[in-house]
Amino acid sequence: MREPVLRIKNLKIALPAGADRDFAVDEVSYDLYPGEILCIVGESGSGKSMSANAAMGLLPDLVRPVAGEILFDGKDILKLTEDEMMDLRGRRIAMIFQEPMSALNPLMRVEDQIAEVFEAHDLLTPRDRRRRAIELLTEVGIPDPEKAARAYPFQLSGGQRQRVMIAMALALEPKILIADEPTTALDVTTQAQILELIRDLQERHGMAVMFITHDFGVVAEIADRVAVMQYGKIVETGTADEVLDHPQHPYTQKLIAAIPKLAAGAAPEEPARKAPILEVEGLNKTYVTGGGLLFSKPRVVHAVNDVSLSLAEGETLGIVGESGSGKSSVGRCLVRLMDPDSGTVKLAGQDMAHLSGEALREARKSIQMIFQDPYASLNPRAKVGRIIAEGPMAHGVPRAEAYSRAVKLLDLVDLDALAIDRYPHEFSGGQRQRIGIARALALEPRVIIADEAVSALDVSIQAQVLDLLAELKDRLNLALIFITHDLRVAAQICDRIAVMQKGRIVEMGPARAIFDNPQNAYTRTLIEAIPGREKELAAAG
Amino acid sequence: MLRFILMRLGKAAVILIAIMTLNFFLIHAAPGDPAAVMAGEAGAADAKFIAQLREQFGLDKPLLTQLGIYLKGVLQFDLGFSYRQQMPVAQLILDRLPATLLLTMTAFVISLVLGTFAGVLASARVGKWSDTAISSLALLFYATPLYWAALMAVLVFSVYFNWLPGFGYETVGANHTGLARLLDIGRHLILPATTLGLFFMAVYMRMTRASMLEVSQLDFVKTARAKGLKRSIIQRRHIFRNAMLPVVTLAGLQAGQLVGGAVLTETVFAWPGIGRLMFEALAQRDYNLLLGVFFVSAAMVLLFNLITDILYRFVDPRIRVA
Repeated sequence: MREPVLRIKNLKIALPAGADRDFAVDEVSYDLYPGEILCIVGESGSGKSMSANAAMGLLPDLVRPVAGEILFDGKDILKLTEDEMMDLRGRRIAMIFQEPMSALNPLMRVEDQIAEVFEAHDLLTPRDRRRRAIELLTEVGIPDPEKAARAYPFQLSGGQRQRVMIAMALALEPKILIADEPTTALDVTTQAQILELIRDLQERHGMAVMFITHDFGVVAEIADRVAVMQYGKIVETGTADEVLDHPQHPYTQKLIAAIPKLAAGAAPEEPARKAPILEVEGLNKTYVTGGGLLFSKPRVVHAVNDVSLSLAEGETLGIVGESGSGKSSVGRCLVRLMDPDSGTVKLAGQDMAHLSGEALREARKSIQMIFQDPYASLNPRAKVGRIIAEGPMAHGVPRAEAYSRAVKLLDLVDLDALAIDRYPHEFSGGQRQRIGIARALALEPRVIIADEAVSALDVSIQAQVLDLLAELKDRLNLALIFITHDLRVAAQICDRIAVMQKGRIVEMGPARAIFDNPQNAYTRTLIEAIPGREKELAAAG
Repeated sequence: MLRFILMRLGKAAVILIAIMTLNFFLIHAAPGDPAAVMAGEAGAADAKFIAQLREQFGLDKPLLTQLGIYLKGVLQFDLGFSYRQQMPVAQLILDRLPATLLLTMTAFVISLVLGTFAGVLASARVGKWSDTAISSLALLFYATPLYWAALMAVLVFSVYFNWLPGFGYETVGANHTGLARLLDIGRHLILPATTLGLFFMAVYMRMTRASMLEVSQLDFVKTARAKGLKRSIIQRRHIFRNAMLPVVTLAGLQAGQLVGGAVLTETVFAWPGIGRLMFEALAQRDYNLLLGVFFVSAAMVLLFNLITDILYRFVDPRIRVA
């Protein structure tokens, strides 16, 4: 077999004292061969990024390698001086990151940031650096490269920024490209384009790519080989087909089983719908930004544009769309966290959209929300008991009763009753999301709006929370609006799906029909962009 | 850009008139008026004399009429007449303004430059003893009461060592001209400006330090390292420039307040500035003079806010282009 371009041998990376384990990476060995894409897969905290960061000499300050070696060009990277490391970075090994929004300096023009790569290694004249910058931007497929070169990062979209990052990484023709979750923050259609670009460039330049991800769908799209990590150890390696189709290790099996399947979801034929509990008619919301006290011209964004939908009792309606499609704005208008400009929101016959004062407070009990970020959506200074009991108490339930109900609710979401006296930071992300669910249920609502409620969770935790939601929905006869960017999740739990684009619902219907026979061109684009879909279809067919 | 400035100036004028109206009513809500104070001082507090003074000053007219007369004057750049000092208010203020601006601007530059420098230094040595030393020193200056620090500075550097003059704006009776006069003023400036500057330095130091540390954790700094850039370039080009944004905001807020903010320092160092003028006007219920000083300080705040916003458009492209 060919010689590996990078060889990691028995690498051990120590975590600072007091962490949940001693080693972020524990006795990890793997090889990266020229011209291949190796995916390192794992959930958060598995240590999947650590060995890559060690190869770049970019580990956080408190984390350090204590044993093993990383061989590149016959030398152990861990033994290089900082000067030798600087020479390596960007020139021989390049890296792109997860957040294209924050990975570029907001105060510098794109061309200057690309030119810096040459500057760092004393290559080319300033004029040639600019010329190369534009060539590189052309190569990564940015429309109007000359203009993009003069732009500041905030003037580009997320996908374009990631292309800029890739252009920077390619600048000096490195032997290795490390991509750390490069598409996680992107919309699904953009993700598909960036994956294709990385694949394409890898072939053209013959680089070796180390691709770090948590998403098996992405793995299916791009990987030649896969290494699965859990708790700092590699539990399984193999070719992409081997690992995806015949996972050997129980953890890999569990992870792959937890991925929401596109073929799952509701029965093919639509069951008879019950009476609607929520009816939305002609909902509109525009955001006006800029425009101060006098003179200046405001900017208007039509976030929700004439949206009408209905939700039957016991039904789950998915609202799917990419960022900026207006799906969250719809959710916020429904619970009146935001006032719609026009339209009606009839909840059990009563128009929520135009209530105010006491009547609105009363109506709010019936419609509750679960938020995306389980870290930010719970007050860090309040104990869990208060978080859950606060709503009922605000509606006049005596304290003792509200707290005893909180205990029952914790039991309902499979948390220990002792949780009531703890603070949110003592819980994991999945547990916090359960607390969020208990909080929403405390007011005994009839409709729950879950806004990206599982998007921040690892796939195995995500599966548990989705199961819990489905179970509670049946048990408590809830109707659910599930707002998500993730079509796999929508396919798994939704009865019906509304697809949003630019503030409008472009298509709505039974989930099966939407996935099997999408009518709208945009819906088709979205579905085709789902990572791992082709492989799944091939396996099913 | 010009459009932006004109728009902002228009807004500033509206705000200024609102502030003046508010100030006018606030001052008149306070008990006592200049006529009563003057009559009291003259030892003739009989009602007729006071009424005569009131009529002379226009205080007998309805409040709204008085406000109208005052605002009309302001619009014509006439800040009224101080009956106490027997001088136009504008004249009084213009006489004092240069001294205050000289003192406060010097102190401002000292605090900003030293504070930023100390902040960068401390952030580069975070957690080490030198970081603690810099932070503690800055905090010490901040925690020390300004007037006490000023008195000590006079005692040590003026009285004991006799290195620098301890009071006044220039040497009385020396009648220096040209360069000699400038040097004389400069020597007088050192103690008050340094005292005031060191006091404000702590704020900039802490802000710069915290901001540098925060920015150095951001993703684009990691990107810069991944390019193979030298640490010094990353510090200067990527971290420092971004870290300066909140410091610019803070500096803009502070600079505007400087006109009224040096009362204590001006008092201790007998510096003939606006701060002392305002204090005297307050004690004597010199309505017009007080309103005039408020007008100037409000205008300063608005002016520096505008300057900050213009500056921001240069340092932050997101605001310039968006």
